[in-house]
Amino acid sequence: MPTGKKKRKKSLRGMDNSLLEEAVGIADNRGRVVVVVEDCVETSGAFVLHHFLKRSLHPDSSDVVVFIAFAHPFSHYDRILRKMGCNLTVQRKNQRFLFLDMLTLECPDRNEREAREDGLLALYGEIEKAVEIYSSLEGSRTITIMIDDVSLMEVAANGSSNHVLDFLHYCYSLKEKYGCSFVTLNHEDIYSSANTLPLILQPEYLADVIIKAEPLATGLASDVHGQLTVLNKGSACDLGGSSSKVRNFHFRVKENNVDYFYPGTRT
Amino acid sequence: MASSRPRGSSFSRNISSAATSQVPGVKLGPNGTSFLSSGIPDLDQILGGGFTLGSLVMVMEDPEAPHHMLLLRNFMSQGLIHKQPLLYASPEKDPRGFLGTLPSPMASKEEKSHERPADPDTNLRIAWQYMKYFGEQNSEVQRGGKAEYCNDFDLRKPLERHFYSGQQVDCISLRDSPNLAPLLERCSTFSAQITNFRSDGHITCAGRIAIQSLNSPQCDFSDKEWNMLSFIRSLKGMVRSSGAVAVISFPPSLVSPTFLKRWQHLADTLISVKAIPDEDKELAKLLTGYQDMLGLVSVHKVARINTQVPAILEATTFSMKLRKRRALVLECLNQAPVDGSSGSSYGTSGSCSGSSKTGNLDF
Repeated sequence: MPTGKKKRKKSLRGMDNSLLEEAVGIADNRGRVVVVVEDCVETSGAFVLHHFLKRSLHPDSSDVVVFIAFAHPFSHYDRILRKMGCNLTVQRKNQRFLFLDMLTLECPDRNEREAREDGLLALYGEIEKAVEIYSSLEGSRTITIMIDDVSLMEVAANGSSNHVLDFLHYCYSLKEKYGCSFVTLNHEDIYSSANTLPLILQPEYLADVIIKAEPLATGLASDVHGQLTVLNKGSACDLGGSSSKVRNFHFRVKENNVDYFYPGTRT
Repeated sequence: MASSRPRGSSFSRNISSAATSQVPGVKLGPNGTSFLSSGIPDLDQILGGGFTLGSLVMVMEDPEAPHHMLLLRNFMSQGLIHKQPLLYASPEKDPRGFLGTLPSPMASKEEKSHERPADPDTNLRIAWQYMKYFGEQNSEVQRGGKAEYCNDFDLRKPLERHFYSGQQVDCISLRDSPNLAPLLERCSTFSAQITNFRSDGHITCAGRIAIQSLNSPQCDFSDKEWNMLSFIRSLKGMVRSSGAVAVISFPPSLVSPTFLKRWQHLADTLISVKAIPDEDKELAKLLTGYQDMLGLVSVHKVARINTQVPAILEATTFSMKLRKRRALVLECLNQAPVDGSSGSSYGTSGSCSGSSKTGNLDF
């Protein structure tokens, strides 16, 4: 196994987006991290999600992804990932990719607590079942759970952020039990008033890595699409010292990959 | 018209060369998407071909002026001319009456006369920003082939009755119901109808949904913010799976800030319109052609379906003008020439003025 691990690490390092890889530093961590991606109206952070998706479904590894889609249908992701060199349809057949289409998930508008909880509860049940099955299969594999838009989950739950928070906490408990990783995307600019804050602050607190996508302060440019701030809290096993580090760099999104570079290093 | 071309660079994609599909009024775009015309040729060009089929377009209204109606009217008229099914919802008591105000397409010979204006002073123009005159020849050629996809509309001439007297137009008043459930139901039957027309994945029919002032205070549900939000989300899901485009206009000042952000995140394409005050001396000094401007259109977000690459426009704010008091055109904002250092091309100067000048205007 160690040779395979090394090989994978090497190949990941060889990828163009080594700056993000380096900042996140998951490769050294045997998976099992909680990543929170935050973006805003001006700059979408969805490409970070695509990056993690491609990374987990790398042919050298045997990792599994459970993808909970609230924002876009399967065809959207299929097309994007295919351009990045990863065929989701095949991965789906190989039992390495589970796509849960929640675009039409509607927790009924009857203002009944049970009914509202039902939708998310059923979803959690589905996730847990899938994780159980995947982890019972042979081989040491990391299961990554991805949610492409937490704010839409809140809309589906008719605005009860507590249920969404409960749902997220349940999911985090899977990390301990099965060693799952989490990647979630949320929109930071939505949560500005005090009563909506928990939904952004609690996941941030529980996260190991926080990635924020923001537009450039100087406005739009065609060759720099925005900046990424990566806060890596560092794992608990790193004893002593200030293990958390903040990195800041610019990015440019292309069809098949993303260029990352430090400000000013691109002419 | 040539001056209205937002892309002055010679490296811009030639949109007219994109293959036109079999369906009238639907144009194939990149990444397996299709476009519907917005009814404004310039807006189509700015958005890279039109509104993406399956996208949700949101228009932020100006609280003081009905400029969003211009966008809605052109959008609806264009659909009716293509004989596309239309669903229109508005807070008015009699939404069907709005159909009488839709603009009619310009006759082609009338258009010809606009292409080559006979005014003597056009021959005698000073060619600063000369790049914009280059497009003039192209646009004539384009217009010949593109006439079917996107028409120029004469805002003073109402659409002929036979276009909207058919079965394909559905009008709903938002005022009738205490919640959004009836509207959602109508939308879902509407999109189900369109989907029925589809045969093995190919779009054979495209539909248009236009909702005017969704959260206007006349509607009983205007205080139920979560209700509206989940309606928009459901509508987005419906539109995405069927061959339709939904345009929703709303007054942003009536939505609380956090919800406004949510609405903006839900929109695939986000446009805002703004009227310009009559006597803004400062602005008049900065921009050329200020007198003819009707308002400003800002494009905040362009639909990104099936791709992760964001659309970076050369300029985000455009001026809305009426050509010959009839047709709506959008133009790049042009900074009035102050000094002689105009070494840059038209495209870059346009975008510079677009971003620098409008900073205090749109956000």
